[in-house]
Order: sequence, then C-alpha cells, then structure tokens
Amino acid sequence: MTATLGTPAHRAARPGTEPAIAMTVDGNEACASVAYRLTEVCAIYPITPSSTMAELADQWSSEGKQNIWGSVPQVVEMQSEGGAAGALHGALQAGALGTTFTASQGLLLMIPNMYKIAGELTSTVFHVAARSIAAHALSIFGDHQDVMAVRPTGFALLASGSVQDAHDLAAIAQMATLEARVPFLHFFDGFRTSHELSRISGLSDDDLRALIDDELVRAHRGRALNPDHPFIRGTAQNPDVYFQSREAANSFYARTPEVVAGAMQRFAARTGRAYRLFEYSGAPDAERVVVLMGSSGDTARETVEWLVARGERVGVLQVRLYRPFSAAHFLAALPETTRAIVVLDRTKESGALAEPLCLDVVAALAEAGRAVPVIGGRYGLSSKEFTPGMVKAVLDQLSAARPRNHFVVGIDDDVGRTSLDYDRGVRTEAADTFGAVFYGLGADGTVGANKNTCKILGDEAGLSVQGYFVYDSKKSGSRTVSHLRFGRTPIRSAYLIDQAQFVACHQFAFVRSLDLLGVAAPGATFLLNSPHGPEETWQRLPRPIQEEIIRKGLAFWVVDATAVAREAGIAGRTNTVLQTCFFAISGVLPREQAIEKIKAAIKKTYGAKGDEVVRKNFAAVDATIARLRQVQVPERATSRIDFLPVVSTQAPAFVRQVTAPMLAGRGDALPVSALPVDGTYPSATSRWEKRNISDLVAEWDPDTCIQCGNCAMVCPHAVIRAGVLEEAQLTGAPAGFRTAPIDERGFPSTRYTLQVYVEDCTGCGLCVEVCPAKQREAAGRRAINLTEREPILERARTSIAFFESLPVTDRAHVDFSTVRGTQFLEPTFEFSGACAGCGETPYLSLLSRLFGDRMLVANATGCSSIYGGNLPTTPWATNAEGRGPAWSNSLFEDNAEFGLGMRLAADGQVTLACRLAESLRETLGDELTSALIDAPQRIERDIRAQRMRVAAARERVQPLAAAGDERARHLLSVLDGMVRRSVWIVGGDGWAYDIGSGGLDHVLASGRDVNVLVLDTEVYSNTGGQASKATPLAAVAKFAAAGKTTEKKDLALQAIAYGNVYVARVALGANPQQTLLALREAEAYQGPSLVLAYSHCIAHGYDLRMGLDQQQRAVHSGYWPLVRYNPELRRGGENPFTLDSPRPTTRFQDYAEQELRYRMLARTNPREAGPLLQRAAEAVARRWKLYEDLAR
Amino acid sequence: MPALSTTYLGLPLAHPVVASASPLGRTLDGVRSLEDGGAAAIVLASLFEEQIIRDNESFARYAAAGTESFAESLSYFPPVSDATVGPDEYLKLVADARAAVHVPVIASLNGATERGWVDFATLLEAAGAHALELNIFYLPVSADATGRAVEDRYVHVVQAVRNAIRIPLAVKLSPYFSAFGEMAGRLVNAGANGLVLFNRFYQPDFDLDKLEVVPNLELSTPNEIRLPLLWIAVLRGRIKASLAATSGVHTAAEVVKCLLAGADAVMTTSAVLRNGVSHFRTLVDGLTGWMEDQGYESVAHLQGAMSQHKVADPEAFERANYVRILQSWH
Repeated sequence: MTATLGTPAHRAARPGTEPAIAMTVDGNEACASVAYRLTEVCAIYPITPSSTMAELADQWSSEGKQNIWGSVPQVVEMQSEGGAAGALHGALQAGALGTTFTASQGLLLMIPNMYKIAGELTSTVFHVAARSIAAHALSIFGDHQDVMAVRPTGFALLASGSVQDAHDLAAIAQMATLEARVPFLHFFDGFRTSHELSRISGLSDDDLRALIDDELVRAHRGRALNPDHPFIRGTAQNPDVYFQSREAANSFYARTPEVVAGAMQRFAARTGRAYRLFEYSGAPDAERVVVLMGSSGDTARETVEWLVARGERVGVLQVRLYRPFSAAHFLAALPETTRAIVVLDRTKESGALAEPLCLDVVAALAEAGRAVPVIGGRYGLSSKEFTPGMVKAVLDQLSAARPRNHFVVGIDDDVGRTSLDYDRGVRTEAADTFGAVFYGLGADGTVGANKNTCKILGDEAGLSVQGYFVYDSKKSGSRTVSHLRFGRTPIRSAYLIDQAQFVACHQFAFVRSLDLLGVAAPGATFLLNSPHGPEETWQRLPRPIQEEIIRKGLAFWVVDATAVAREAGIAGRTNTVLQTCFFAISGVLPREQAIEKIKAAIKKTYGAKGDEVVRKNFAAVDATIARLRQVQVPERATSRIDFLPVVSTQAPAFVRQVTAPMLAGRGDALPVSALPVDGTYPSATSRWEKRNISDLVAEWDPDTCIQCGNCAMVCPHAVIRAGVLEEAQLTGAPAGFRTAPIDERGFPSTRYTLQVYVEDCTGCGLCVEVCPAKQREAAGRRAINLTEREPILERARTSIAFFESLPVTDRAHVDFSTVRGTQFLEPTFEFSGACAGCGETPYLSLLSRLFGDRMLVANATGCSSIYGGNLPTTPWATNAEGRGPAWSNSLFEDNAEFGLGMRLAADGQVTLACRLAESLRETLGDELTSALIDAPQRIERDIRAQRMRVAAARERVQPLAAAGDERARHLLSVLDGMVRRSVWIVGGDGWAYDIGSGGLDHVLASGRDVNVLVLDTEVYSNTGGQASKATPLAAVAKFAAAGKTTEKKDLALQAIAYGNVYVARVALGANPQQTLLALREAEAYQGPSLVLAYSHCIAHGYDLRMGLDQQQRAVHSGYWPLVRYNPELRRGGENPFTLDSPRPTTRFQDYAEQELRYRMLARTNPREAGPLLQRAAEAVARRWKLYEDLAR
Repeated sequence: MPALSTTYLGLPLAHPVVASASPLGRTLDGVRSLEDGGAAAIVLASLFEEQIIRDNESFARYAAAGTESFAESLSYFPPVSDATVGPDEYLKLVADARAAVHVPVIASLNGATERGWVDFATLLEAAGAHALELNIFYLPVSADATGRAVEDRYVHVVQAVRNAIRIPLAVKLSPYFSAFGEMAGRLVNAGANGLVLFNRFYQPDFDLDKLEVVPNLELSTPNEIRLPLLWIAVLRGRIKASLAATSGVHTAAEVVKCLLAGADAVMTTSAVLRNGVSHFRTLVDGLTGWMEDQGYESVAHLQGAMSQHKVADPEAFERANYVRILQSWH
C-alpha cells in the first residue's frame, strides 16, 4: 500500500498555473464539450438537470462546430427519452458513434434499449446528470436513484465527482467503450456537479485525438449493419440457447475494468491527471474507511485530510467504476490496515438488506475472505446536503462500541431512529478560501452577475472558483441564493457555505422575512441593497438582524442599487451595480482591476444586444462606488421590528407545523415523523402563503366597473374574486369595503363587489389590459388598475376578511354560460407559483370554477404539475363546502392513460353503486333509488339535485351500515361517485404532442368520457423552452436554435379524424366566451374531448402583460383559428365542424413580429429568417383555407 | 427634348425626381424597383436609432425574462453568440444597394443620442452611402424647452455629423421654427450641403370608440406642397445649399412648381405608394411635356424661375398674401 495523504492529486486547474485550456464552466458544459466532440449522432430530449448538455450539443451543431474527425454531429430531438434511446440504438447499429444526455425518468425510459445495446456489445456513452426518481413525489434534484435503477442493464457505470471529472471521465468513458465494447453510462451528481461552476483544465481536440484510437472507431463501424456484408442481429431465441448466449458476453465484462484502468493510465500520461477505478485518499495506515461515489468524494477527501491532520487513522475510497464492479481493484485500493468500513449510498432501495454499493462491498470482502465489518447508510437524497460533519459522523460510527448499521445521515429520522447525529461546526475548508453568499430575486440578475464573477476570478484572475446556485420552488417572485467560493487552494467543498466572509442581500424586502446572516462568519462583510440611507436602513432592520450584525462584528454596507441602475438607464437591472459593490468592498481583486474585468464581462454579455446597453451598464459601474455607504453600527440593537410571521395563526395545523418551516427555509430540519408516509398532502395550502411579491397590485374602481367578469376570468393567480351581497349584509363591513349596485335589473338592494387578494397578486396587469371600461375623466385608467401595494394593504386585508365571512354565491343561481356569470363561481385553483402573467393558469382557474367540486385531475409532468404540485404550498383548493379538484401527477409520458384509469375507476364505482343501490331499494325507497341511478347529470342544476339524493341515500343507509350490513357499508364507500365525476387530463404540448402522443391517441380512441386540456405554449416551458412538435415553423427555441423548419403538428385535425372525439381550439384572450362554451361542451360530451388552449408564455419573448392582445393577434391573423368539432351535431344532420373565428384581418407577420421567438432569427440568421417567416405565413394561409372548407 | 439633368448635394442626377425615404427603401428589392421605376436617386428608409435602442433593450429584456429563477428553466432561449446587432442590417442594405443600382443611394438617419448621430453617420458613410440625409425629428413636448434651445440642438447635431463624415449631408426638417430662414442659414453654416423641406410631423389621432391615441401617418395630399413651395422660393439664392422639396408631390404639376420655386430635386413617396413605382416615369414625362410646351430647354433653365427673387411681386410670398387670401375667402 503506497497511498499517501491527499492522493490522488487534485485534478482541477491549479491556481496560479496556466493549464493548457483553462475554462470556468459547469458540469454539464464540461461533460458536453467532450461528449460532443467524440460523437457523430446525438439523440436528445430535455430533462432536468441534464437538458443543458443537449441544448449545448444542439447549439454547437447548428453553429457548425465539428467533432474531432471534422464532421458536424447530427443532433436530433426525439419525442421522448425512449425515442432517443431507440434512435441512438439504430444509429449505433448502423455504425455511427452516438451519445445521449439524460437523467431520472428519462434514463428509466431508456432501460429497454439499454439492455439491447448492452446485449449487442455496442460501444456508446450515455451521459447522465444523476437525479432522484419520482416515487412518492417528483424531485428534480440529485442523487443516484436513477443510475442505480439501470445497473442490471449491462452498461458500465462510471462516476464523476466534480466538474473536472465530468470533463475527463467523459473522454475516458469513450476510450473505454470503444475498446471494451461494453456500453458506458457516465454520470455525475445532478445540480451539485451539473450546475456547479468551476475552473477546470480543458481537453483540446488534439488531446482527444491522441486519446481516441481510430482503429477502434473503424472496428465499431465494421460491426455495423451493412447490406454488402449482411447479417442479422436481434433474433428471437428459445430455451435452448438464450441462457448460453447471455453468458457468452461475460469475458467482455471481465476485462472491462482493466480496459478502463488502461484508459485512465493513457489519460494520465497525456494530461497529468490520474484516475483510478477506486481512488483511495487518507492515512496509509487507515483503520476506518468510508466508501462512496459521486460529488461526496471531494467533501469526504477534504474531511479525511482534516481528520488525519488531527491524528485520526481514516481514509476514503471513492468508487469510479461501479459496474462492472471489480472486487480485485477494490481490494487492492483498500489499505491493508482497514479494520472497519462504512459505505454510503446516495440511493434508496426499499426492502433491501442494504443499499447496492454497500452490498457490493460486503460481497467483495466476503468473496475475498476479508473479515472486515461493514456498515452502510443512506445520505444526500434529492440533493440533501452532505457536509464534513456528516463524513466525520459516519467515520465516528466505526469507532463506536456498537456501530449503527442501515443508518441515514443528514436528516432526522425520528421514526425509525436510524439517523446519525453530526457536528454542524466541523470546518474543513482551506484557510484561504473566500466564501460569499448572495440573496437575490429570480431574474434580478444576481445569479447572472455571480456567474460572471466566477468567470472573472477563474478565467481572468486564475483563482480556483466554485459557484453554486440555489433556487426556490416558484416560477415567479422566487428567491435565489448564490454560494461562491474563491481561493488559491483547490476547492473541494461540495456543500453550501455556512460561514461566509461576504453576505449580500440584493432585495431589501428579504430583511423582514429571512435570517440572512445565519451564514455570515464573524467579522464578515454584509452588503444590503437598500432604498434608504445608512442610518434609516439600520433603523428599519429587524432586531434579530441588528443583533447578529453586532454580535458577529460585521462590516455593514448599503447601496441604493435600484436608484443607481435607474439613473444609468438600466432600471430594474441592479446586477451590474451590486457586482461592482462586491468587488469594491470584498477585496478579492484590486478595485481597478476588478472594474476593468467587470466592464470586459459586460461587453461580452451585452455586446450582442447593442452598444447602448453596454454603455448604460458601464455608466452604472462608474456611478456605483460613490453611492456605497458604510453603516456606523451602534453598540446595541434598538429595533422593535421582528421578522414577519411565515403563515397566519389561523392556518391548519399541518400548514403551521410542516408547511411553514418549509416556507421559512427550515424544511431540512423537519423530522421524518412530520411528513406523510405516502406523498398525500392537504389541498388548498397556497392560500396560507402570502407572498407579497409585487409592489404593484390590482385595485378595483367600482364606479367605472361594468361588472363583466373579464378580469376575474383572466387572472392567472385567481386573486380577483367577485361576489354579490344584499345591502343588509354590509352591516359591519369595514371602512373601505367597496361595492357597487349590481348591474342587473330587478335586484335593487343587491350589491356587487370585487376583491383583489393583493398579497397574492403578481402585478402582471392582464386584468388591466382586458378591462373594457375606461374612466370617463381619464381615458388611461380602467375599472381595474395597478397601484402601489403598501398604501392599500391594510384596507385590502380587512376587506378580504369581511368578504370571506360572507356566504358564497349559490352555484344554482349562477349563469354558467357567460363570462359574467362564471366570475361568481369559486375558483378552486388559486395563488399558484406560476409566472406572473402565465397564459396557462387562467384556463385551470376557469375549469376549477366550472367543475372543481367534482373534478379528478390527471396532470402531466411539466409547468402545470410544478406550479400545481410543487411544495411547500399548492394551489388546488377547496370550496366553501370543502369540495375541490382531486389532483394527481403520475409521469410525463403516461398522463392520458393515467386519466383514463381514473375514468375507469369512477365508472366502475358508479356501476357498483348502482348495483348496490338497486339491492337496497327497499331501504332507499323506489323513487330515490331510480333517481339516483337514472337522473340526468348534464347541467349544474342536475348535479345539485344528485348531490341531494346522495345525501339522502347516505342518511338512509347509514343505520343499516352501522348494523353491519355489508351492502350498505359498500354502498357508503362508493356513494360519492354517484355524482358524476368530471375527469380532466391536463398537460402541456410537450406531453400531448410528443412524449404522451401515443397514449393520448389511444385514450382518445377509447371512446371513454375523459376531457383533455392541452395548455399549448408551443415549447417545453418547464424545462426552459425546448422545441416540441407544437412549436411553430420559423420560431426559435432551444433544440431549434436555427428556427424550426417544420410546421406545427395539427393535433386538432388528428383528433377530428376519429369522428367521435369532441375537439376545440380556444384562446381565452381572443374569445373568452368561445373558451367557456368549448370547455362546457367538452365536459358535457359523453365521450373523449380534446381542448387545445393557446397559452402565451414567457418563452415567447414579450411582455406577458400583452399576452391577451397577442392571443387576439394569433386568432385574427389566422394563426390560431378557433374551432369546435362536436360529434353530437352530426346526429342532427349538422356539420360538426364550426369555425368560430372570423377570416384573418391581420397578417401572420404582424402577430409574429411581436415575439422574440420569431424576431430572434432575424438577428442570428437574417438570411434564413425572411424565407422561413414567409413559409410560415403561407402555411397559416393554407391551413385557414382547409378549415374554411371543413366548416362549409 | 429638354435637358432634365440636375445636381443635388453635388451628385449628378439624370432628372430631378427622387425617391424620398419610404418603406420601399427598406429592402434591396424595393430599392431595385425604385430604380427600375425611374427614380433619379433613392433615399433609403430612415435608420431610427431610437428603434435600434428599443429593439436592443427589448431583446435583452425578453431574452433574460424569467431567467435564473427556477432550477428547471434557468433560461428560455438559446444563447445568442453571433447576432445581427443594431444597424448591421441597415448597413448591409446600404452596401447592397450601392452595388445593385446605378443611381445615387442616400442613406437616411434619425438619431436619438448625440453619440448615435455621429456613430451611425460614420457607419453609413463607411457602408458606401453617396450622401446622408439627417432626418431630424424632435418633438419638444416639454413645456420648459425654449425655441432657441431646440434650434441649437439641430445645429449641434449637424455640426457633429459634419465633423465626422465627408460625404454630402442633407438635413430634412420640419417647418415649425419661428424664423425658418435664419434656421436654414444656421444649418447650412453648420455644414449642411442641402435642405429637404419638409418632413411630415407625427400627428396622432384619437380612436373615439376605444378612447385611445392612434399613432398613424396618413399619405400626403397635393395641398401639402404649399409650405415647401413657399420656403424653397424664399431660400432659393439666399443660402448656399441644395434644396429638395418633399411632401405633397403627386403630379408633374407639383414637380414643375417645386422646380420653378428653386428646388434642385423633388422628392416623392405617397404618390408612388399609391400608383406604383412607374409613377416616377409619369412625373418625368409630365415634366418633360410641360417644359416642351413652355419652351424650357433645361431644368437649370427652369429652376428658381419663380423664386422670391425672380417673381414680379415678391410680397406675394409674404404675410399680405395670407391676409388677402383670408379676405377673398370671405
């Protein structure tokens, strides 16, 4: 055993030295930059956190970037990861070098092809940003559950632990697969590595050419299908030979570890960066060793060094090649002195004796006859932090008299008592590492500026850098926390900073709700962006913040970055100002040098957007220093301000005890016992999270209002609620509670009111734009306007409290057929985390008003499942009766089938209930029994009547059930289902047009009574705007960086082709009445229905406040014809196809030019843009003609 | 056949009828069609700096909207590394137009910032424009702005651009100055080689149904020729610069009138948009016919024949004229 402390040498670019190619990149780019250059075909599909790799490949291909053989790789987006794997399989069989990038559910969808590819001994590398699996809940964050799920496929599994690794092992994997013929899965931890910025040494094309043996490439081609030398591959086999054939490939797996070891040696000889199959670091005579893989390796190494320096005989063994698992190499890497081993698995295998890596270690030792005790545990699921304290805790277990096996570390398992305690105060970072934490608001430029800072300090100043960014769960008004480390010593701390030398808060409002300074080290610098001067800022701080500043002796600086930016002409973009402040007061670089670098970075960032933008940012930089002020911190805290309460004391217990800690950023501390065992959470929690994210909110003007209901209908966050009340009910109304006489004849004493939930309003302005009423004395103002929130906040709160004390409008009295009527229905989808101005959520809000009290929702994964189901709070809510949509998300690809299953269950329960009711006819009575079974349930009045029958039936059978009658007990268990369930299958275009297309087609063909609502944003919005088959011709999107060259699929016509499917295409902004009509017709139609809803989206690139206007342009240009196809009309001899929109009155170009997705190509490729747009216009005209013909 | 050639901004023209800045001058195909239709020179559509600034800012804003907010969607558009920025497209049009047509190509610039005027003018010269027309269009809506300050601003722009470029420089401006004659002289002294009289002011309308301001620009009518006619006649011989008439040139009659008043070139757009590019030939044929009928041998012969200097009753151009008209109206 020759290992010494700290080996292997850290492989990241050494500060102060200039590696051949130094670059500051994240793990995804590090990996993709190698993978792309070593491939000929990339079959891709977006999935977090791997999407960036595919996006880069597509971008590089569209730019004509070549691989190392001088070809431009072909990049093809498929309809799913299953499709990507299939396409790749074909490409490989036909002799191409191929790769793909994926994660999580995507990897699971590739499993069938992975078995095939491995079974056929095909060289390829799949690159995986490892991520959690959707089980009780989806999680986009990192662990090894996905990778562990494919370990039986026959792929070799190679694990990277850092950004540098992700770059290097991408090459080693390709070297090895070509030689071994075993396909490789190269993985690194999602987010922790895939999204961490780091300065690394890059591999040049020459490096890669030197590493890849072209003979092996030609051998790969030689094994390909070739009609000139034909053979067949992919036979069907029988019991006589299948088994033997499976064993025939064993020798390839047996020699793979040596192949990888050889590749690593050649790699080291070329680059100086040495890797091993199992890398040991620590005391040469270690007695206690921790075994693990992935990004935890660096943290463990850092901790082990720290422990060894304190005399501990410990070590860490990091697994690189997990499959094939080479026991020989493992044992050789393990110090002979090892007396106990702890194995950490970043995965969960319920019901197993232990997790897989642990079992492999146990087996390797047992087979070798090494009697070393092994304990195992789980850590880090879903990017749970893994810190030096935890490393120490697991190693300490090995010293315990009775080491705890099957433990968890990093959480509090107060149920199974499996969790290890750990010391949160263990600090192992290098002394010269500078840590900085920045709090910002999503899209305020904070993260972008910090990424810039990393590049400045990494690429320009040659420092080791690490940038890691934490985002919250909302798409609007979200908080970001940037963790930046810099230093001359290589950074190996793969965990968040909790002792920062610099803390910056870029949003003043955060001081009231966040413990910003918990992460500040004593003597650190605190920068606050404040609209107030130093003294006033101090006075406005909550007392706990003041106390922390004093206790820790922080240097406290303030700057009014908002004002500086505004004065420089870049209002709202404070990032440049605050980045300048960071450099000015942190001292990480000399000030002049830093400013020069910032300006260079500005030029690089904004140069493509024009000189004026650059000039304004320069002006902001120059104006910043003079506006920085240091606060003279008094000796004692004087503030009487406290943090704002997280949720109301009126909130339900679960919300107070479980949701509130999550909201406050203390979810990590929740114990296992606090959480549901099966992923079942209460509805209606978003109403308890008062986010106050917009300074401008909607305010109603009763005198101007015409009570049309448009604003309530279009509000994406359902913050506008209408109600009626009698004058007598106004007794006790708070001052400022606004009402108006109802605009309806025959109701002289009835008042109308419109309440705006200002704390939930995002200030999107859609309500203002849709309002048709203008104030007579000021034409620029409407009946609803945006106004400052603070001055009206208290009045709004008291008004809403009073409004909520009023009885809700009886649904039986509401006219469901008009927009005006629907405003009085309670929305049971409210206050979601969707983008401000979202084009999808108004449809869901409307659905919930119409059918929410009897809806089952199957929601495809995507934006709607995230703003609809991402904790801490969720928007699917309940009405005053406690009823509301019952919502669930299964997967991305299976949503239509999932919804069909709900229908089958509902129908089955109705059948059962009818049979049981019939059998209990004597108890229920003839009239009630017959009505329960046969009464129509098409309109709301019918539904209300059926509810009363169900209530009556319950009352009548309950005594029988109490007496033990099985029929009665069964009937009670299914009785609710006798009120017709409205099954809605909801999802985006990525699901409906692509990944779920086959299932959707099948479900539509089933003839069953399901309703499908496609929220068509024409891109994969949730993963950042990748093209789908719904993306229109000529639009730019990710995966269509050169503009989409094919037309949007006409899903409506496809569905119409069945003849028995109700189909509608709607655009709420263009014709809300048609939308309402279509949704009601779809729901009433006793068969499959498909509603395609135009949903404007932030990925279209314009001010979403104009979203509804843009919907009008879409319709009036003929781009989005409003249609309904109602098979029921055919029975009456009518044409079932109705074209609801008028002939186009504007040009397609007039619609398209409003959106960046269409304009972008004119900038990036002006030569192609014109012809492509012309083709798009022609396609619109052609389709309009077809629709007109159909409508005749 | 009378000689129709003339000189505008020092550029020899086959005849005096020139295409003024219009949508047709926005594309290369349009420029070619203007030449084919018979325009003696082509003023390209204006490059609006404000538009470029707005486009760039909106590009930056919407490309960044919603970014770095949510872990799954840290951006919504592919990164743009090699984009056509600012005036690139326009500069390419200038260069392409130079190569594609034989008539002089005059670039038109509407700046928004002091630096923009100079930078873009320099770029347009480098792109190959034969001459540059500054389309100075400034609406002093501030109640505090003084007339002199506004005038100084115009002069300052002309001086700055003149110092930056060598090609001929024309200034297209509005008539709304207290003392237009003096203003014209100041602009010429500042370096203008020609004046284009006049640009048409943005005059928004109201939509009475929607109670909204409607920004639109109607095509001109022949009546609008009166104001250019007046000032060209007054300035002819008083300033050392080319004079071009624009606004209201619809028929050969207006062309003739402008030349008689003293224009070196006569520009038209509205009539061409209404009648097609062949209208240039119609105008030139009409001019030729009139000259033949009246016995004029050349355009030079005709130019300025009815300028204020040369008419029998110079006062006819002055206030008395206005008074008399009003009297006769009643």
